[in-house]
Amino acid sequence: MKHVDEYRDGKLARAIAATIAAEADPTRDYAFMEFCGGHTHAISRYGLEDLLPANVRMIHGPGCPVCVLPIGRVDEAIELAKNPDVTLATYADLMRVPGSRGASLIKAKAAGADIRMVYSTLDAIRIAEERPDRQVVFFAIGFETTTPPSAMAVKLAEARGLTNFSIFCNHVLTPSAIRAILEAPKTGGLPPVRIQGFLGPSHVSAIIGTKPYDTFVAEFAQRIVVSGFEPLDVMQSILMLLRQVNEGRTAVENQYIRAVTPEGNRAAQALVDEVFELRDSFEWRGLGAIPHSALRLRERYATFDAERRFAMTPIVASDNPACECGTILIGAKQPADCRLFGTVCTPETPMGSCMVSSEGACAAHWTYGRFRDRARASAGRAAS
Amino acid sequence: MCLAIPAQVREILPDGMARVGLDGVVKEISTALVGDLAVGDYVIVHVGFALSKIDAVEAERTLALLAEAAGAPAEAMA
Repeated sequence: MKHVDEYRDGKLARAIAATIAAEADPTRDYAFMEFCGGHTHAISRYGLEDLLPANVRMIHGPGCPVCVLPIGRVDEAIELAKNPDVTLATYADLMRVPGSRGASLIKAKAAGADIRMVYSTLDAIRIAEERPDRQVVFFAIGFETTTPPSAMAVKLAEARGLTNFSIFCNHVLTPSAIRAILEAPKTGGLPPVRIQGFLGPSHVSAIIGTKPYDTFVAEFAQRIVVSGFEPLDVMQSILMLLRQVNEGRTAVENQYIRAVTPEGNRAAQALVDEVFELRDSFEWRGLGAIPHSALRLRERYATFDAERRFAMTPIVASDNPACECGTILIGAKQPADCRLFGTVCTPETPMGSCMVSSEGACAAHWTYGRFRDRARASAGRAAS
Repeated sequence: MCLAIPAQVREILPDGMARVGLDGVVKEISTALVGDLAVGDYVIVHVGFALSKIDAVEAERTLALLAEAAGAPAEAMA
């Protein structure tokens, strides 16, 4: 596959790793956060941590929208799906996300609720057109990448005069979450973690561009390298971050120049701005309430807002108190530090947000990383 | 969730749609977010929408930079 295979060359990855090892200052410790769950998955899947020197550590960030969706919002969606007039359409990622008391959309579907997995918002629009007798609600979730398709669906529904389509909006914003992580030491809400740079998200940045990250350099003296999702993209971006540290620079750099520009996709930005507005505050699973971190439909499109159409009432539900997702999401703890990890909490029966999606830090560690820990432990025993 | 894949435009369809191919898989996607495309262009596809066009020149430049990053220690040792 063009634009894929050439970025997965193992020999080249090892050669870039050798450059990183040669340039890493042995007297320093490097800690970089990959914000995005797509990067977490790539790092685990391709074993990139094994290629890095011991003093270059990757912290797995909160950029997995399924992971950070609060239990209460899942419960609200399940309640909505129980309404006999409602057909709930959603991306497959959300089907198995656990709500309260082990409930999930897939279980609600098995119990008879009309819940459809769709590939695209256009499929949800098609269902609404085919079934004028049903109230079709699209359960919208995702970062800036996934927001323009939701905005497009609202515009299409209006243009086609669909009165039976609405959106349950859970779209969240990347820069707000990065800010929350960086301000954590100041606000005291989350334990401070030393992060010397961020791998910036690939496709979020294709939409918003690289400019929104400039403020993190100006305000927090941070380093951001926007990176592609393939393993060689990630290795090169880590090298770029490491060079910034070594040279005492703080800057926004763009490794993913083949798809990301400083301005981003202006047409998509304008569309999102037309349909959505900022919420004052939104709850993030594991991180708590973050101001101005999510979107809702503007007044002008209120009739397409499921929360208003169905007078949905907020449900507040809490995570298992032993769950360490909050501290794992900001890099203060590792998945294996959590006593639920791999005991009661596995991808089949996830207790916390980081185990929910394959992009979560705990799910990635369960699927790939724990075998490396085991190999290391047995190598250590053999050596002693 | 934000995973998106590069696919090649095979055919421009009416109403801001296009038929794209990725290996053996062919899909119809919306091109409303990226504007004008030509057959042969590569686009990043996410949940049925093209999000951006892949810049072939910048892709070549990235591959050259990757080779450079991989080659640097060998030069230093030489």
